[in-house]
Amino acid sequence: MFDFSIVTHWIDNLLRSVMPGWGALLIEFVLVGVALLLLYAVLALFYIYFERKVCAFFQCRLGPNRVGPYGIFQSVADMFKILIKELISLNHIDKFLFNLAPYLVIVASMLAFGCLPFGKGLQVIDFNIGIFFLIAVSSIGVLGILLAGWSSHNKYTLIGAIRSGAQMVSYELSIGLSVLTMVVFAGTMSITGIVEAQNNGWFIFTGHIPAIVAFLIYLVAGTAETNRGPFDLPEAESELTAGYHTEYSGIHFGFFYLAEYLNLFIVSGVASLLFLGGWMPLHIPGWESFNHVMDYIPSVVWFFGKAIVISFIIIWFKWTFPRLRIDQLLRLEWKYLLPLNLINLFVMVLIVIYGLHF
Amino acid sequence: MANIQQEISSFLPEATFVEGTILEVSVPDAKWHDLALYLHDKLHFDYLVSIVGMDWGETLGCVYYFTCTADNSQISVKVETADRENPLLHSVTDLWKSAYLYEREVYDFFGIRFINHPDMRRLFLRNDWVGYPLRKDYDASPEVNPIRLEHEAVDDVTHAIVETPDGKLEERTNTIFAPEEFVVNIGPQHPATHGVLRLRTSLEGEIVKKIDVYCGYVHRGIEKLCESLTYPQTLHFADRLDYLSAQQNRHAVCLCIEDALQLEIPARAQYVRTIMDELMRISSHLLFYATFCMDLGATTAFFYGFRDREKILDIFEETCGARMTFNYYTIGGLMADIHPDFQRKVKEFCAYLPGMLKDYHTLFTGNVIAQQRMKGVGLLSREDAISYGIAGPSGRASGWACDVRKNHPYAMYDKVEFKEIVRTEGDVFARYMVRMDEILESIHIIEQLIDNIPEGDYALKMKPIIKLPEGRYFRQVEASRGPIGIFIESHGDKNPYRLKINSACLPLVGGLDPMCRGGKIADLIAIGGSLDYVIPDMDR
Repeated sequence: MFDFSIVTHWIDNLLRSVMPGWGALLIEFVLVGVALLLLYAVLALFYIYFERKVCAFFQCRLGPNRVGPYGIFQSVADMFKILIKELISLNHIDKFLFNLAPYLVIVASMLAFGCLPFGKGLQVIDFNIGIFFLIAVSSIGVLGILLAGWSSHNKYTLIGAIRSGAQMVSYELSIGLSVLTMVVFAGTMSITGIVEAQNNGWFIFTGHIPAIVAFLIYLVAGTAETNRGPFDLPEAESELTAGYHTEYSGIHFGFFYLAEYLNLFIVSGVASLLFLGGWMPLHIPGWESFNHVMDYIPSVVWFFGKAIVISFIIIWFKWTFPRLRIDQLLRLEWKYLLPLNLINLFVMVLIVIYGLHF
Repeated sequence: MANIQQEISSFLPEATFVEGTILEVSVPDAKWHDLALYLHDKLHFDYLVSIVGMDWGETLGCVYYFTCTADNSQISVKVETADRENPLLHSVTDLWKSAYLYEREVYDFFGIRFINHPDMRRLFLRNDWVGYPLRKDYDASPEVNPIRLEHEAVDDVTHAIVETPDGKLEERTNTIFAPEEFVVNIGPQHPATHGVLRLRTSLEGEIVKKIDVYCGYVHRGIEKLCESLTYPQTLHFADRLDYLSAQQNRHAVCLCIEDALQLEIPARAQYVRTIMDELMRISSHLLFYATFCMDLGATTAFFYGFRDREKILDIFEETCGARMTFNYYTIGGLMADIHPDFQRKVKEFCAYLPGMLKDYHTLFTGNVIAQQRMKGVGLLSREDAISYGIAGPSGRASGWACDVRKNHPYAMYDKVEFKEIVRTEGDVFARYMVRMDEILESIHIIEQLIDNIPEGDYALKMKPIIKLPEGRYFRQVEASRGPIGIFIESHGDKNPYRLKINSACLPLVGGLDPMCRGGKIADLIAIGGSLDYVIPDMDR
């Protein structure tokens, strides 16, 4: 299996051989930043197209089919449109916070995006509390949403923001606990460590029932975390028009939109990392030749493939289920998911202590 | 009927009577509230169908239509006042809650103020409108009411005339919203109000405290327009009221005029009208399914509903030439004969839809989230449904068997066999299920008729100028969301002296406030969706 660290080390050595260490670092920072931003934008475009096509087929429609073959350039056209749109300035708003909010949202999702292991050796931030860092930075996003709703001087956005605050704070718990369950199982918080630990089978297969339960809870909570249907209360279209981003226009709205799709990717990326082995190919202990064949598929394909499959499931939720009401949403979290999660964590601890896993 | 007449005259010797299909009682205003109390409590006329404001030249007044829900007998009461400068009548809002909006409408159009009505604001027109447009001496020149370019002031207080116990009249102001309340405008531009309805909603967090309804954003003055048009011309407005029950609305106007002329409609036209009415009902209920699911966030269901509604519109298009405003019924029959493919396509559709309905139920009805959003939400008791005048599918979901097709059959409805869908829960889920089941009943009705359409004329030959004999005529038809009533007062001319459309949707929004109080914003949307109001119908 190709290790991308060969490439990165080669670039590192090349740079260091022609300039002092700090210069090499500086150039690497810029390179990594540009690469991430590019990937971020391209993924967002892909996801917008993907979701529109998928939901169109669910709904007996064709979806975008005019711009380019099968409409594949539709989201490029949309992006171009959103870039050249006017930023409408409003009266009676808190200008500073209003302009800050979309950047907070996008920065949070950028930071979380950087943690993901896209392939073997292809990862920006990798240290011993990687998964903890990922959860920490991804929860900055709610701050941006709260600020957006608050600073817009609009009653709809305020309701949307408060809903979002209640929802994300609640479901952050579920995400955290189901991640914790898997961390207990893996015995490490390092992202590379978690992926390497799944060399002999993905956690969802080796982790017994608690891993499956954690996976299901993670999927539900992750959907809620990204404010997608059936948990799209903060922007419930039929109730609050567009929720917290009602007053935003142009690229500021675009940031919210981008962040929403990228959060979808991040949530499915983390799910694939924790439960489906990240970039790790499907290995079955004992089937050496099968494992060998699987290794021929590049790690990047494995990671993106798994992430997209999980995204597809989340998209499927959205276009099938009606929306929950706020009290039902909170009841689901605090009365069902949270106790279940705690028990699940306990069971996982027992399994790990007594070595009952495969 | 004679029995009721005797009872009323023994209770109130001043009352005078005019006999007709519906008995009309005339009383002076001073005795009106006593008679109303008697009608409501003793004679059980518990459903106020309509209040028709009238300007008879010398006098202003109202004609009230009541129905007794126990035996479906009807009665009308005429009350008038000679004071044109400061006309006052007694309010009946304390007895029939539907009178709250009806009396405001009368005030809006005729300037009659109602004593003891808690809220005498205009309903459809702006607060700064000059004059009362349905009075015969109304000045319609644009100088009087220019197009106003500034916003209407928000009214947080309202005026009322209250009768004190010693018989004196006092002007009072009532507060609608206190300044510290968090009032959100839901509408007029809002995805879930299905049109331009404005609900000023007082919230406490997510909880709805009070709703104040503002109508009139698509008020087109159809009733006023009709007064200067001939009878065949007035028909065209019917399609533009509740555009989702265009055929039934037009059926109501045609029936009212045909009743007055005592015409016997050819059998072929009767059959086709009934089939068309039911197709229209199916298409409307399919649209209800689509938009209601959309309101609850199930976007895919939206497309399912619309996909199948298209098939009905295709059938309509072939025969009527239009997909929206059909102009198909005329006085004395139909505008044109049915398309040769009509019967085949309708039969195909009737075979196709039940399978699709199963899909709908799998996708939405059985869903856990959908059930939780619908069950036990927006409860409406049978008594409240009658008092607020919430008839149609929404009333039947509360256990009130109010189907005009059963109670006062017209066209072919007394010759076909069908069930009246009645549920007793009175919540959003019941209102949803009543409509879904009515689709099946409508298919059942169509299947009985479609193969038996008799040969013959599709319309009577009518004179170009139609004059109605003098009198007052009132006729109801079961439209998709409830009974639409057409009131015509004719003075023997070729155009109506007064034509009043009693919309099925106006009472629905009247009941919105009590149903939503204490619920969440999301419940308000679900309740609004389940009532399925159409704004052009209530604004007219």
